[in-house]
Amino acid sequence: MNIVPMLEAQLGFLPDPVVTTLIIVLKILCIVIPIMGCVAYLTFAERKIIGYIQVRIGPNRVGPRGWLQPIADALKLLTKEVVIPSGANRFLFLLAPILALGPALAAWAVVPFGSEMVLADINAGLLYILALTSLGVYGIIVAGWASNSKYAFLGAMRSAAQIVSYEIAMGFALVGVLVAAGSLNLGEIVEAQRGGLSIFSWFWLPLLPLFVIYFISGVAETNRAPFDVSEGESEIVAGFHVEYAGMAFALFFLAEYANMILISGLSAVLFLGGWLSPLPFLSGIPVVGLLFLDGIHWFVFKTLIFLFFFLWFRATFPRYRYDQIMRLGWKVFLPITIVWIVVVSAMVVWQVPPWFDGA
Amino acid sequence: MSTVTSYLKSLTLWELVKGLRLTGGYLFDRKVTVQYPEEKTPQSPRFRGLHALRRYPNGEERCIACKLCEAVCPALAITIESEPRDDGTRRTTRYDIDLSKCIFCGFCEESCPVDSIVETRHFEYHGEKRGDLLMTKAKLLANGDRFEAQIAADRAAESRYR
Repeated sequence: MNIVPMLEAQLGFLPDPVVTTLIIVLKILCIVIPIMGCVAYLTFAERKIIGYIQVRIGPNRVGPRGWLQPIADALKLLTKEVVIPSGANRFLFLLAPILALGPALAAWAVVPFGSEMVLADINAGLLYILALTSLGVYGIIVAGWASNSKYAFLGAMRSAAQIVSYEIAMGFALVGVLVAAGSLNLGEIVEAQRGGLSIFSWFWLPLLPLFVIYFISGVAETNRAPFDVSEGESEIVAGFHVEYAGMAFALFFLAEYANMILISGLSAVLFLGGWLSPLPFLSGIPVVGLLFLDGIHWFVFKTLIFLFFFLWFRATFPRYRYDQIMRLGWKVFLPITIVWIVVVSAMVVWQVPPWFDGA
Repeated sequence: MSTVTSYLKSLTLWELVKGLRLTGGYLFDRKVTVQYPEEKTPQSPRFRGLHALRRYPNGEERCIACKLCEAVCPALAITIESEPRDDGTRRTTRYDIDLSKCIFCGFCEESCPVDSIVETRHFEYHGEKRGDLLMTKAKLLANGDRFEAQIAADRAAESRYR
């Protein structure tokens, strides 16, 4: 990261606050643009992978092997008309997609991509993440209400209840991580997972129930199958975004996929050791060994694993019934997380090796 | 005991993992997609596609205006008018099949005593105006002339079952 001082030197003729702002904006662009690209190609990967699981081959007509499909989709959505229903609240109707997308992107500010690669290295990182992932539900509720449509409203209601319920299980899972790492800073959480056992010293093993519950809650939080009752196309058409078209719909789409990437990235950071290499002892090998050093590529790789699970789940499981979702969240996940927080706390207090003996 | 095992099974997500293993296996399975315009699925000689009116080898049209097809047509898609021709034979003056009504059941073909009205294997056609899918006698005879080789071959192949 020696590009930043170089840039600062080049921009020396400007006043200091302007330089700082410019560099922060540049960093934001460096995060947001790749994420948008990832979102586009995640839709492509989703269609391909689900296609393959359903023994068909998915989109393969636009460009070589279908690789230009997301670009064609984006162009199509851009050129379509944004229809605003006559009974809708115009202001809120257009605000909702922005409310959905904003938090999904803003949460990336504290996600560490590498040991120094983080936009805002703040100590309340985990709290910030929790706050912003909860804010995402506003977009959905506002969309459902502003559409002035029964389907949209039903979808929004379901989504609100579901996200609030799973927020709690998710929060408790994060408390477990926080107890184990002793910090709210995401970078320090990753560093706390460094240990002699490499892959087995990461938090997924001592916090296994919390890890599973965090990821499942994450799937519920992003309204993905099998928890997609807020869309529920077979029951309420498309749920909260049934009245949206064109770019307004595309923003919801972007928000959903950006949230998926965010949840996957967070799972990688909190439980799979973020940028830490799983095989650090192989870094002695010449040339190839560079791959086994810690770095952003491991973060990306782990995130991709979780994203694949998102798609795999969608291709495998039928949608949960609404009351079963509530039962799972309140009567299964919540008790398990509370019990495991006690277990983790005990392990930390008694410094149970090999994870919590301070080595 | 069974309560304990069922609790253990649901806590370890055993059945969900089994489901994931099943779908995961299909991820690597051979794909069944047929890339339509380039590849096509095999067709039966009994395929029921676009209609045609056939002629005898000497060029005489087969249809004798018996109107059995019109009578049997469950969708009432066939309209026939007939008159005696100058040589005294009964011939159709009008033979219309409205393809937007037709359900491609093949009864017309079954009922025809002289193998005149047939359904060919051709199915890749379209109409751009409403009238385009109303097949007149001229169009049907033209279809017959166009696909006669295929029609005759299919009838020959299927003759032992008829």
